[in-house]
Amino acid sequence: MSIPNQHKISAQHVNVWYGAKKAIDDVSLDFGSDHVTSLIGPSGCGKSTFLRTLNRMNDTIPAAKVEGDITLDGEDIYAPEMDVVQLRARVGMVFQKPNPFPKSIFENVAYGPRIHGLAGNKTQLGEIVERSLRRAGLWDEVKDRLTDSGTALSGGQQQRLCIARAIAVDPEVILMDEPCSALDPIATAKIEELIHELKGRYAIVIVTHNMQQAARVSQRTAFFHLGTLIEYGATSDIFTNPRQERTKDYITGRYG
Amino acid sequence: MSDAPILSGLVPGVATTATGPAERAPTDWRTQSMQRRIRKRYAAERRFRWLGLGAVVLSAGFLAVLLVTMVYNGASGFLQTQIALPVDFAHSGLLLTPADLRGPGADLALSTANIEGLTDSSAKAAFGTDGDRWVSDGGWLRVRQALKRDPALLGARATIWVPAADAIDVAAKRQGDPASEAIVAKLKARQAISTGFNLPFLTASDSNDPTRAGIWGAFKGSLFTMLVTLLIAFPVGVLSALYLEEYAPRNRWTDLIEVSINNLAAVPSIIFGLLGLAVFLGTFGLPRSASIVGGLTLALMTMPVIVISGRNAIKGVPPSIRDAALGVGASPIQVVFHHVLPLALPGILTGTIIGMARALGETAPLLMIGMRAFIASPPARLTDPATVLPVQIFLWSDQIDRGFVEKTSAAIIVLLVFLLAMNGFAIYLRNKFETRW
Repeated sequence: MSIPNQHKISAQHVNVWYGAKKAIDDVSLDFGSDHVTSLIGPSGCGKSTFLRTLNRMNDTIPAAKVEGDITLDGEDIYAPEMDVVQLRARVGMVFQKPNPFPKSIFENVAYGPRIHGLAGNKTQLGEIVERSLRRAGLWDEVKDRLTDSGTALSGGQQQRLCIARAIAVDPEVILMDEPCSALDPIATAKIEELIHELKGRYAIVIVTHNMQQAARVSQRTAFFHLGTLIEYGATSDIFTNPRQERTKDYITGRYG
Repeated sequence: MSDAPILSGLVPGVATTATGPAERAPTDWRTQSMQRRIRKRYAAERRFRWLGLGAVVLSAGFLAVLLVTMVYNGASGFLQTQIALPVDFAHSGLLLTPADLRGPGADLALSTANIEGLTDSSAKAAFGTDGDRWVSDGGWLRVRQALKRDPALLGARATIWVPAADAIDVAAKRQGDPASEAIVAKLKARQAISTGFNLPFLTASDSNDPTRAGIWGAFKGSLFTMLVTLLIAFPVGVLSALYLEEYAPRNRWTDLIEVSINNLAAVPSIIFGLLGLAVFLGTFGLPRSASIVGGLTLALMTMPVIVISGRNAIKGVPPSIRDAALGVGASPIQVVFHHVLPLALPGILTGTIIGMARALGETAPLLMIGMRAFIASPPARLTDPATVLPVQIFLWSDQIDRGFVEKTSAAIIVLLVFLLAMNGFAIYLRNKFETRW
C-alpha cells in the first residue's frame, strides 16, 4: 500500500498492544515529506495511537508496547541508540486540547528553542519566537502582549500558539491529533488555512474526525478501522472512488 | 400486576412484549405531591446551610475562647513589677573605685564585689527587716548593671528599679496572698512600685525564679530545631514524592512503599522519639538534648506528611502539560523541574506547613531524646543542649511557683505567634507561586 515517494517516515508492520489488548494490527504506512496526510476512522480505531507511535509519545504509557519498524529518514526511531528527546524535537506534536504552558506567550514559544539551545542569544531567541508566531498566523494578534499568559488566549489562539510552539524547534514532521475538535468553525478554518501554509515546509500528519476537513487539508488519506489500516491513497481517490466497501460506508456516513 | 412488561427488554431472560410499555401520561408539575417535594428540597437545602454555618461558628468559637483565655492569663506574663530600691553606694563598703570599673577588668572587679549583699542590706534598710525578700533573687543584677553603666554612682546615693519578688509581682498584677497584697499597698503609698514591659522575658532563658525566667532560650531552640527539620524533611520529602510519582514503576514494591509511607504518617509521635533515641543518640552518638537531634527526629515525623501531600499535588498537575513539554522534546527531568514542580509547589507547600506546624507543637518525641532538661542559656550551636517552646510550656506548667502560671500562658502566646508567623510566611510563598490559569 506504500506510495512511491521520498518517504519521510516509513512504518512497516506496526503492532501496538495496551497490555493484552491489541490496539494496532499490522499497519504499514509511509509519509512523504511534502504533503499532508490525514488519518480518519471511527472513534477507537487506533488512529491516535498510531500517530503517537511516530514520535514515541506512547513511551509515556507504561502498558503500551510497540512492535514493527518505524523509520525517520531511514533511521529506526525505536532503536536503542535513538535519543527520544531529539526525536520529539524533530517530530513535533499538536494535541487535541490546546495545552499552552501556564506561562507568558513568549515563554511558551521560547521554551523549546531554549531547552535545545537553538538560540545563541536573546535577539536570536526573539527572532525565533516572532518567526514562529508569524508562521502560526498569531503574530499580529499577540505582538503587543507577549508577556500575557498563554492561557488567557481564546481556544483557537491557544491552539495556534501550540502550533507556534511546535514550529519553534524547527521540526521536520508535525503530528496533529484532532487539532480542531475543541474549536469553533471560525477557529477551525484558521487552523486549516495554517495547515495549507505549512504544507511543503513540514511533513504533516493529521488525525481528524471531520471528513470534510480531511478532504480540505490533506493530499493523502488513510482510513483506519478497528486497529487495522483499511485503505490508503490520494485523498481525492478515497473520497470519490474508494476501493473498499467499508471505506465507502464510512465516508458516506453509514457508520462512525 | 406483574413486573414483566416493565422489565421486558431491560432484564435478560424476560420476554419482550410485542407492543412495549404503554405511553405515559404527560407529567403534571403542579400537583400537591410535586409541591411537597419542592418544599422538602428547599427545607433540606436550608438545613444543610444552617448546619454548615453552625459548624463554622462552633470552631470559630473554640478558637476565640482559646485565644481570649490565653491572652487574659498570659498578657501579665509580659509585664514585670519593679520596686524602687534606694542604694547608698557611698557607705556601702564595696571595695571598688570608679577607676576599677572603667578598665577592661570591670567584670572581674564587679564579680568579686559583694553586690548581692549590698542589695540585700539596702532592701532591709529601706523596707524593714524582711525587705530583702521583697526583691527578686535576681535584683542585684540590676544594681550591678547600673554600676557598670555609670561608675560615678559609687560615691553617691541612687534609686535603682529592681524586679520585685515573685509573690509581690503576682500580688501587684492580680490577686496575691494577703501578706503580699499588704506589701504592695505599702509600696504603692511610697510610690516605689511600678509595672512595665518585661523585656527580660523575651531575652532570658529558663530559670528557677519566675521573675527571671525568659523564653528566648526555648524560642531559639525551636528555631534551630525547625530549621533542621525543614532542611531535612522538605528536600527528602519532595524528592521522594517526585520520584514515586514521576519515575518509579508501578509494581508491588512501590505499592509496599506507598502503604508504608501512609502508615508512617499515622505512627504516634512518641514512637518517633524512641526511634530518635535509639538511632541518633544510640547508634550515631549525637549529643543529648541537642536541637539537631530534635530536628532530625521531627524530620522523620514530618517527611511522610510532605511526601503524601506532595504526591497529591503532583498528581493534580494536568497530564496535558506533561504531554506538551514532552512534545517539544523536553527530557523527563526538564518536564519535572520546568513544569510539574512549579505547578505542584503550592500544594507541596500546604503539606509542608501542616507538617511543620505539627512538628513545632510536638513535645513527646523531644522528651524521649532528653530535651526536657533545665537549660539556662540559649543554644549557640545546633549541638548545644536546648529546649523548645512546647517543652518549655510543659516544664513551666509543672512548676509550683505561682509566677510560672502566667509565664506558661505567656509562653503559649509566644508559641502561637511563632506558629502564625510561620504559617503566614508559608501562605505568602504559596500565593507567590500560585499559577493563574
